[in-house]
Amino acid sequence: MQKRRFLSAIACATLAMSASAAMAQDKFKIGLILPMTGPFASTGKQIEAAARLYMAQNGDMVAGKKVELIVKDDTSAADVTKRLAQEMVINEKVSVLAGFGLTPLAFATAPIATQSKTPMVVMAAATSSITQASPFIVRTSFTLPQAAVAIADWAPNNGIKKVVTLVSDYGPGIDAEKFFKDRLLFNGGQVLDSLRVPMRNPDFAPFLQKVRDLKPDAVYVFVPSGAGAALMKQFAERGMDKAGIKLIGTGDITDDDILNSMGEVANGVVTSHHYSASHNSALNKKFVAAFEKANNGLRPNFMAVGGYDGMRVIYEAAKATKGAGGEALLNAMKGQVFESPRGPMFIDAQTRDVVHNIYIRKVEKVGGQLYNQEFATIKDVKDPGKTK
Amino acid sequence: MLTILFDGIAYGMLLFILAVGLSVTMGLMNFINLAHGAFAMAGGYLTVVLMQRFDVPFLLCLPLAFVATALLGAVLERTLYRHMYNKPHLDQVLFSIGLAFMSVASVDYWMGSQQQIMQLPDGLRGRTELWTGEVFELGMGHYRLFIIAVCAALTVGLQFVLAKTRFGSRLRASVDDARVAAGLGIRVNLIFAATFAVGSGLAGLGGALGAEVLGLDPTFPLKFMVYFLIVVAVGGTSSISGPLWAALLLGIADVAGKYYMPKLGSFIVYSLMIAILIWRPQGLFVRKGGR
Repeated sequence: MQKRRFLSAIACATLAMSASAAMAQDKFKIGLILPMTGPFASTGKQIEAAARLYMAQNGDMVAGKKVELIVKDDTSAADVTKRLAQEMVINEKVSVLAGFGLTPLAFATAPIATQSKTPMVVMAAATSSITQASPFIVRTSFTLPQAAVAIADWAPNNGIKKVVTLVSDYGPGIDAEKFFKDRLLFNGGQVLDSLRVPMRNPDFAPFLQKVRDLKPDAVYVFVPSGAGAALMKQFAERGMDKAGIKLIGTGDITDDDILNSMGEVANGVVTSHHYSASHNSALNKKFVAAFEKANNGLRPNFMAVGGYDGMRVIYEAAKATKGAGGEALLNAMKGQVFESPRGPMFIDAQTRDVVHNIYIRKVEKVGGQLYNQEFATIKDVKDPGKTK
Repeated sequence: MLTILFDGIAYGMLLFILAVGLSVTMGLMNFINLAHGAFAMAGGYLTVVLMQRFDVPFLLCLPLAFVATALLGAVLERTLYRHMYNKPHLDQVLFSIGLAFMSVASVDYWMGSQQQIMQLPDGLRGRTELWTGEVFELGMGHYRLFIIAVCAALTVGLQFVLAKTRFGSRLRASVDDARVAAGLGIRVNLIFAATFAVGSGLAGLGGALGAEVLGLDPTFPLKFMVYFLIVVAVGGTSSISGPLWAALLLGIADVAGKYYMPKLGSFIVYSLMIAILIWRPQGLFVRKGGR
């Protein structure tokens, strides 16, 4: 009796062990590397929330495997991102690397994706050249040239001919400046001066005064979204709107995440971007409502939609390959066409970059809250950085 | 052109309010307090929280920020800083920079790392334009005018307290020779605690005033530490007027440099500092025989 019990216990234990081993093999791991602390924590927070929302809505099983989301904080330091990516690929054996809040972070990880043949889904970083850093990079956020070119097309047709550009002095800022300038000149506009603000700049006063003295029709701005709020306030305080200077830019300055707390100064600012929380579609309304409900009223911004669509691309690719990773998974990501909360989008199979509509929006008060209200659409914008 | 000068002065005045507390602790008490920015941040966050959550008017927030940070300073002085007075400067540096990092992490944890945005009262918004000519035009933001006024009042007040009052002379005596001062019946401990509290309170006030112009996020203490130290290094630590002139010089050079040569960015400030320190290593305005 004793012996039989012992044997059955052993049998049970072996069975349990083999079952758990089988379970481990049947996992589909997604390594999400995001800045969760530090100045860009809002990016990480939005993307993680969106990724979790996607999983809650679409189940955590894909192609018979259990999806496991591993979130790591890289504090927006490139060396940390790289180390985390290495750990995820070697120790955790993830099928996909995803996230990447800033351009340098994505660049640091690119060689790891190439060497390990792990698809890398960029959900935030927006410098044009990122997708060229590795053949394994797929992007679901946007590229700055897409947004910059759109507003440069819109401006000259709307009475804005003379512009001063004011950008933060780093990769995306220089991208934003260059593509805007080229397109505006092409459209017969004029760039009076191009100002670059140091990344850690405490006071925008001298730059804005310079803009004011140059008397342009508009100032085109690209700065990270937190600094954008400070800049817009100083813009209003300097009476620049009263001097007849308009503020235009890419959608980063009127980020949905902080738009409401900016207050009146943001009202009326025209920007171009691929996503607004007020985008008028049934899918987006559902997305915004679910996101706000799951996150204590937090409004999703363009980062969230990049994360949400990134998860969709990963899920659908995994379904197509029946959970296989590597090159097969990458190929299944290329060329996906689908409806996103931002509107229709697809992943260009050649460049692995996102192609989507860019909207021209104006900040307006809707039901007591500030929103970017879309009023013009430029359809299917490919990244202008790659069409050379 | 005058507008640039005005903006520079306002910016310099703001730096002065932020840094003057440091020059008090560093110069008068001979204590290297690199966590000074943390007190400034505390004042800034207190103001933001009071305004956002409790609708306290901005002008009331300023004295509250001063008092609360001064209290915080007093408590920390009694519990932590006091034990560091007789330690070598390197220990003080390590101790206080550790405090600064702790404050960064804890604010990040409690408040989140995003930039805090606050709304000024209507009276302080807007701007007055004088002489809208080409060369001599002067546009003054009302808020910047307010900063200049507060700063001027503080300078006069501090100078008066240090030079003319009994407290001021006791403080100077305690600094010059603590043992003799104690022998004369001066309560050195109490005087140091009060001075430290006032220094911290000034930082808090500066943080509250500066949140609008400089922005406020958890990296504040580290981001502005360089500026505080430049002000104190250039101005010298033995007087109130030294840091004031240094801050003004720094503010104007920074703003004008960024206006006329935007490509050089902050480079101008640093080269100016190096030039001054080579010329006068003790700082611009050092009283003979002072520390």
